[in-house]
Amino acid sequence: MITIFYISAAVAFISSILAISRSNAVHALLYTIVSLLAVALTFYLLGAPFAAALEVVIYAGAIMVLFVFVVMMISSGHGAVQQERKWLDSRIWLGPSVLSAILAIELLSVVLMQNEHVSSGSVVESKQVGMALLGPYMLGVELASLLLTAGLVGAYHIGKRIEKKDSDHE
Amino acid sequence: MELLWLVPALPLMGFLILALAGKRISKPFVALIGAGSVALSALATLVVAVNFFSYQHAYTQTLWTWLEIGKFHSDIALAIDSLSVVMVLVITFVGFMIHLYATESMSAEEDGYSRFFAYMNLFIASMLLLVLADNLLLLYLGWEGVGLCSYLLIGFWYKDAVNSRAAMKAFIVTRVGDTAMALGLFILYQELGTLRISEILRLALSIWPSGSTIAVISSALLLGGAVGKSAQIPLHTWLPDAMAGPTPVSALIHAATMVTAGVYLIARMNLLFSLAPPVMIAVAVIGAATLLLAGISALVQSDIKRALAYSTMSQIGYMFLALGVGAWTAAIFHFMVHAFFKALLFLSAGVVIDSLHHERDMFKMGGLRHQLPLAFWCFLIGTASLSALPLITAGFYSKDFILWETLASDHGSIWLWAAGIAGALFTSAYAFRMVFLIFYGKERSETVHSITVQPGIRIKAPLIILAALALIAGFVQMPGTLGGLSLFSAFMSQSLPLTRTVLTAISETAMQYLSATISLLGIFIAYIFFLYNPNYIRHFVQKPLGFAVQCFLANGWNIDRLYDILFVRPFVFAARTNRHDIIDLFYQLIALLHRVANRALCASQSGNVRRYAFGIAVGAALILGMVVFK
Amino acid sequence: MANALKKRTPTMNNIPAEYGLVLSALLFVTGLIGVLARRNIIFILLSIEIMLNAAGLAFISAGSKWGQADGQVMFIFILVMAAAEVSVGLAIVLQLFHFLRTVNSDQTNTMRG
Repeated sequence: MITIFYISAAVAFISSILAISRSNAVHALLYTIVSLLAVALTFYLLGAPFAAALEVVIYAGAIMVLFVFVVMMISSGHGAVQQERKWLDSRIWLGPSVLSAILAIELLSVVLMQNEHVSSGSVVESKQVGMALLGPYMLGVELASLLLTAGLVGAYHIGKRIEKKDSDHE
Repeated sequence: MELLWLVPALPLMGFLILALAGKRISKPFVALIGAGSVALSALATLVVAVNFFSYQHAYTQTLWTWLEIGKFHSDIALAIDSLSVVMVLVITFVGFMIHLYATESMSAEEDGYSRFFAYMNLFIASMLLLVLADNLLLLYLGWEGVGLCSYLLIGFWYKDAVNSRAAMKAFIVTRVGDTAMALGLFILYQELGTLRISEILRLALSIWPSGSTIAVISSALLLGGAVGKSAQIPLHTWLPDAMAGPTPVSALIHAATMVTAGVYLIARMNLLFSLAPPVMIAVAVIGAATLLLAGISALVQSDIKRALAYSTMSQIGYMFLALGVGAWTAAIFHFMVHAFFKALLFLSAGVVIDSLHHERDMFKMGGLRHQLPLAFWCFLIGTASLSALPLITAGFYSKDFILWETLASDHGSIWLWAAGIAGALFTSAYAFRMVFLIFYGKERSETVHSITVQPGIRIKAPLIILAALALIAGFVQMPGTLGGLSLFSAFMSQSLPLTRTVLTAISETAMQYLSATISLLGIFIAYIFFLYNPNYIRHFVQKPLGFAVQCFLANGWNIDRLYDILFVRPFVFAARTNRHDIIDLFYQLIALLHRVANRALCASQSGNVRRYAFGIAVGAALILGMVVFK
Repeated sequence: MANALKKRTPTMNNIPAEYGLVLSALLFVTGLIGVLARRNIIFILLSIEIMLNAAGLAFISAGSKWGQADGQVMFIFILVMAAAEVSVGLAIVLQLFHFLRTVNSDQTNTMRG
């Protein structure tokens, strides 16, 4: 079990790094999807099958597809790739890398410097998650639905094309 | 007695009417309000005085509460006792005479007529408030009020810069004294917890031992204020320059009333001062020094009004001398008589000046006694009273009283008396010098022919009344050798302590003969040097030494220059160097820091999204770092 | 019979939760590098998604360690939030592109000063 975890963790990490360093937008998106799938597997190994399913269906399935659509609408092919290459010179990676390295060290030290022994986790079934959602977290579910509605309305309104004056008023 | 509040309120109402609506009222009406309010006040004073004579005890009228802050309580309260009665009677009656005179002498003013009377009424109101005040805070209000009016009236013809400078000088020099007095008030309040005069005196007498430091300090500070207002050494330099104002102003403020405010203060707080013998000595010495310095300076002046100003300084020196040796009643008696003859002198001088079209130089006058007979006789009577001509003038009785008390009082000394006698010699010398220069001698044709207008009834009446008073006012207090009629001191004993006299070697009669001889000697000296043969003096001043002496004495012994070098120049230098206000740099630094920080923060608002993200990341790293590596 | 019993009781997996947290930290930092280094708005948004995913992983690991459903519930909320954010964000990107004709985030700096 632990080896599968190591493999999927490595896949997730490497594909994330590749995702942020590509010049072609679609390539980056695909690498991201791979990373998400690897993380979904990690979820399953950590004993959260429901979360794994959701990760695949919603995150990799809906959100990333949305990204793909938008990238298709915006990027103009080869010219965009050239432009990205121009923007990504090697100097630009230095600052963020240093800062992020500092942050990583801090985060890892917080996680690893625990005096307790390394413990094992347990599997949490979907039934438990469902009971928690419809029990104590009922209000949160309602708020989440409100948030989605707001997102829907907002996206529709902001994304609306503003026509020129001489055409039909919507 | 309940009419007491009317006494200061009537001139105050006159001031308000004239200040607010004066420009729209015709001149005769302005004169009516201006002089009439003082006349009504004098009438009210008369009623109160008659009432007081029959009741003969002190009376306080509290009008309303002025301040009440925590434990500090101060009322608008007027108190009357025999000292106040005398002062108020003099102020209102002499004030009315002068107002009447001014209605005619200032009639040449166009826009300034109502302004003048407004200021004069405000002055009378403030002076009355000063004298009638029940507590020191109200007295200080009146004190500042008269200082303000003095400034306004000296600089009345403000369009000429000289007058404005003289007004500022008067205000600033008296301010030094006022600050000392304010400090004295603070100390008195802190130590005794009250500013009511009667309670201060009672508490001080019971709590403070004689000669204690606190009594010395507080009375010395009050003395500082008195010295400034009364133009004594060292704060005397403003009075000669204050003659830049109109003549009625000089008569009222700088002869009869305001400059005597210091005398009143010391007389009122007499118990406090008698608890501090060093301060009493200082008062007497200041008085003696001033009367000598001013007397000698008056001998060489050429401007009539400056000579009279030095004369005022000298006579107030006599009053201070009397106060210093504990002769309170003598000082107040001399104040009353001095008010009469000094106002008379100033008003007669005013007639001379106006008739000669504002000519003030005595050496340009001469032989005027035929052209201006009224002015001549009045001036002569005033001078006689000033020189204390024996027996017939009021000045003789008052000055004689002072000199006797200086010698015989238990605080007196022979040196002070000698100064007083020498001063009397100078007094009669300079006084009759003025008479001889103005009214005797050769007539100058150009001045004679320029006399066009003769004075009217409004000028003649006050002059005659004041002349009569200058002669007969002395008869209320005659020395023991001449009958001992002591109406005045009996009256004053209700509020002022009697002076203890010690018998001395020289008896009173001998002293009187001596002082009479001295005054006559002074007249003789003036006659010799200024009428009989003026060439003695002329030859003396033409030599370099004589010229230097004359310049030195005429400039008030160059004390003005001394003050200029000691105080004014360093202060102006400091003010110029601090032009940009060094203290302000600190505040400018704060503002500068803010501006710098603002610019720095503005620079961080670049609008660049990645920069903002960078900032967020740095912040996160820092906070986590604080948590992890704490 | 033993198999049936095994299905009913919750199984213990022997993947320590700390390992999940380490992976979460690494993914988060990777996403952060992407946000700071890229200029294209789309890529920035993408990197933010990676960071959100890493946060979700952290929650799942915590939920797994304590054996409670709260971790997954939190993950569901994060998912919902990410969905809403992505839709609105991409709509804004579309409008920006319509106006500025570029996806360079440095060009969107008019809110300055």
